Amino acid sequence: MLAFVLTLVLLLGIVIVLAYAERKVAAFMQDRMGPTEAGPYGSLQSVLDVVKLLQKEDIVSAAADKKLFKLAPILIFAAVFAGFAVIPFTPDLIPAGIGIGVFYLLAIISLDVVGLLMAGWGSNNKYAMLGAMRSVAQIVSYEIPAGLAILSVVIVCQSLDFQEISYQQGALMNRFPGLEFETNWLFGIEALGIDTTRIGGITTWNVFRAPVLLVAFVIYFIASLAESNRAPFDIPEAESELVAGFHVEYSGFRFAVLFLAEYSMMVLVSLVAVILFLGSWNTPLPNIGPLQLAYWTTGTVGGLSGMLWGGFWLLSKTFVLLFLQLQIRWTYPRLRVDQLMHLCWKVLTPIALAVVLLAGIWRLLMI
Amino acid sequence: MLFYLFAALAVLSGAYMVLTRNLLYAGFSLLLTLLSVAAIYVLLFADFVAVTQLMVYVGGVLVLILFGIMLSSRMHDKSVMSENTNLGWGITVSLLTLVGLCYTIWQAKFASLPWLQAADTDVLGQQKSTVQNIGIKLMTDFVLPFEVASLLLLIALIGAAYIATDKNNG
Repeated sequence: MLAFVLTLVLLLGIVIVLAYAERKVAAFMQDRMGPTEAGPYGSLQSVLDVVKLLQKEDIVSAAADKKLFKLAPILIFAAVFAGFAVIPFTPDLIPAGIGIGVFYLLAIISLDVVGLLMAGWGSNNKYAMLGAMRSVAQIVSYEIPAGLAILSVVIVCQSLDFQEISYQQGALMNRFPGLEFETNWLFGIEALGIDTTRIGGITTWNVFRAPVLLVAFVIYFIASLAESNRAPFDIPEAESELVAGFHVEYSGFRFAVLFLAEYSMMVLVSLVAVILFLGSWNTPLPNIGPLQLAYWTTGTVGGLSGMLWGGFWLLSKTFVLLFLQLQIRWTYPRLRVDQLMHLCWKVLTPIALAVVLLAGIWRLLMI
Repeated sequence: MLFYLFAALAVLSGAYMVLTRNLLYAGFSLLLTLLSVAAIYVLLFADFVAVTQLMVYVGGVLVLILFGIMLSSRMHDKSVMSENTNLGWGITVSLLTLVGLCYTIWQAKFASLPWLQAADTDVLGQQKSTVQNIGIKLMTDFVLPFEVASLLLLIALIGAAYIATDKNNG
């Protein structure tokens, strides 16, 4: 119950910062100022936006399917929020440390799709329906390269547990029950004979200890953009064609919930990318001889310092990825629907299949 | 206690799915049924089965059904309604199945089975999940059915791709 409240508060905070960052980044990339009025540098703008949304009239259009229309935002947000249950925030803080976290996450995200269909249908509106259809087609197709990229990580790490995967990517690996006698080698190749178990830092991140996962990371990142309906994959919400996509009929608090769900999805996919590929809550600084940078910037596990450092590294890496997502939105034009499917089925999926095979071979080099 | 809650949910939503005339509502109540069945699996320590159920049925089959309903409707009517046909035969078959199932369960007398009485409630023990055991079993004792199933799925995939090809172009 405590984890529920904490995660929700943390998520709300991140989403408000993200909404503000989105407007500022967009403004700077277009040589504008962005919000400046509310608070210093306009930093209270997104808080005021939320207050405004909560005051608005709650409109349910007369011809809408009222039950489905009202249920859909709840279902969408619940599905995304349930994904946060298995995310490890620090070395000893994870809301639900189940052994099949990765698999659970993939499954629970697909509930989101049902919610989208419900919203699109319940609105009884052509634009909403088309938006929902496009969105679902896109999410279902891009789940395949994303799933294969995640599968290659699972092959290298031999685990479906997010916390175990996190521990493997740092100097603390031998502290995890079951991993006491494991060793990390440079680039994961035992034949090189360079033991990085005690060095930690960036040398034990998944993209570094099995460099083939760098390709998997790029594939996952592209697919995750599509899964959270971000540009350049935003045809479900294309303003010029569909007004706003599946949430065109929503206003007030219901719109706020959909908005929150969309940004939570961005945060969730970035968190998963950080945990699976970029070393989770581990520090990027390695131990160099007597200079124990990795241990100094990790703190003591179980203590307050370990918790603060872990949270700091995880969130700062996540924000780097989120910034990249915002930047891409103002860099690339929207993909046409045939280009979208071409990219998914003819480019990403074959490469992802090859990466899965290579990851299997790499695993053999690691032991 | 939780078990009865989820069992009641599963039965009620299942009944609603069968009784409602609106196909779309039937689809969404199927979602509720599948979720409650997944919850029951979790209560039975079958976490892997529960998540697989979500993955395959909710993420795949249910979305496909909903897509089908949505694409094939809204042409002339407000939404798709189902009709009653084969009333007599339907009732006969379902009643016979019910009688057969009841008889089998009664015959099994599962409360007095020796392995069930000796069973421990701490099924998982030291392990955090059933995945390791399932993996080992699939690669040793049940490798033949596993491979046959994968072959079947491959055949289905090729068949689907063949049906979907545009024959005028090829």
